[in-house]
Amino acid sequence: MSKKVLDALTAAHPGAVVRTASPHGDDTAWIKRDELVKVATFLRDDPNMLFDAPVFCTCIDWLDWKPVGRPVAEHWDESKPRFTVAYQLRSTKHKHRIRLEIELPEADPRCPSLADMWPAFNWQERETFDMYGIRFEGHPDLRRIFLYEEFVGYPLRKDYPKEKRQPLVRRDDLPINPIKAPHAGEHK
Amino acid sequence: MGVELTTTRLEDAAKWAKQGKLARIPDWGRKFSLFTYPFVTACCGMEFMSVAAPKYDIARFGAEFPRFSPRQSDLLMIVGTITEKQGPALKRVYDQMAEPKWVIAFGVCASTGGFYQNYHAMPGADQVIPVDVYIPGCPPRPEQVLDALMMLMDRIQDGRGHSQLRLKRESIIAKQTEAEE
Repeated sequence: MSKKVLDALTAAHPGAVVRTASPHGDDTAWIKRDELVKVATFLRDDPNMLFDAPVFCTCIDWLDWKPVGRPVAEHWDESKPRFTVAYQLRSTKHKHRIRLEIELPEADPRCPSLADMWPAFNWQERETFDMYGIRFEGHPDLRRIFLYEEFVGYPLRKDYPKEKRQPLVRRDDLPINPIKAPHAGEHK
Repeated sequence: MGVELTTTRLEDAAKWAKQGKLARIPDWGRKFSLFTYPFVTACCGMEFMSVAAPKYDIARFGAEFPRFSPRQSDLLMIVGTITEKQGPALKRVYDQMAEPKWVIAFGVCASTGGFYQNYHAMPGADQVIPVDVYIPGCPPRPEQVLDALMMLMDRIQDGRGHSQLRLKRESIIAKQTEAEE
C-alpha cells in the first residue's frame, strides 16, 4: 500500500504526527496525545480520507519487552513510555486503512476518547480500560465491561501476577470444621 | 471388586442384593432415572451432545432427559470452563436443584481449570460446589462419560454422593440434638 494517507496526514497536521512507518504495508502514524481528536476528525471528515469503519482499539504494554532478532537500539527500555494505545481505522470508500498509535507514560495513562466519533469504539475503549487501566477522557460511560466491579487491578498488564485469582464465591463447607459439624466422620 | 457384567435392571438388583445393599431401594431407582441439567459453557458441549445422541446413547443408562431447569433435575453436568465471574451463577444453580443431587465435572476445565492459568478461569468447579465424579479429557471421549456415569450410579447406590452424605450428616445431627433436648 502506498504511503498516500500517511503523507496527506503529515502534510495536514505536521505538528501532531511524531513519526510514521509502514511495516509490511501497514500504515502507522504515531500521534501526540493532545492532538488525537483533531487528527481523528480530519481522518473521518476529509473527503480524501473518509475513514468510516473503526476496526479495533487496543493497548500494548511494553513492560519487559525483549524481542528476538531485532537490533538492541530498538528495544523498549524504561525511559520510553510504557503503554501504546492503538486505533485501527478503515475506509470503505477509498479502501485504505491506517493505524494511530498514542504512547502513554506509566504514571499518567490518559488518552482522549474517540467513542463519540466512532460509536463502535465505545465498548472497545471500555475493554481497554478494563484490561489495561487506560483512562479514556471524554468517554460517555467508562466502566469495566468484562470483569466484575469487585475486581482490583488490570489483568492484562504485564505486572499482574499470573496466579492471582479474585474469586467472587468459594465453598464454605471445606475443610469440614469439627466444631461446626461434630458428627462428621461418624457415618460409614 | 470383580467386574460383573450386568445387562438388565433385574440383574443389577440381584447384584446389589447379593452385597446386602438393596435396602436402598430409592437409590436403586434414582440411579436409573437421572435428570441431567447440562451447564454447558464451552466446547465440551459438542461431546455432551455426542453422548446424548443415538450413537453413544446415554439413554441406555436412564439419564437421557436433559431438563433445562435446575429445579427439575438431580444431576448437574458442568460441561466446560467455569470462570470466576460464573461462580455465583453456578452456585445458585446447584442450590436450586432438588435433593439429593449429584455433580459431574465434564472435561479438564471443569475439573481443574485445564490449560487456563490466569485471572479469569476458576481452577476447577469444585472451588464452588462439591463434585462427585471428575472426567478428564479435553474434551473427554463419550466412552469416558459413560464410564463416569456408571461410577456415579455405583456411588448413588452406595449412598456415597456428596449430597447424600450431607443429608445423612444432617439427619444424624438432628437426631443427636433431639435426643439431647
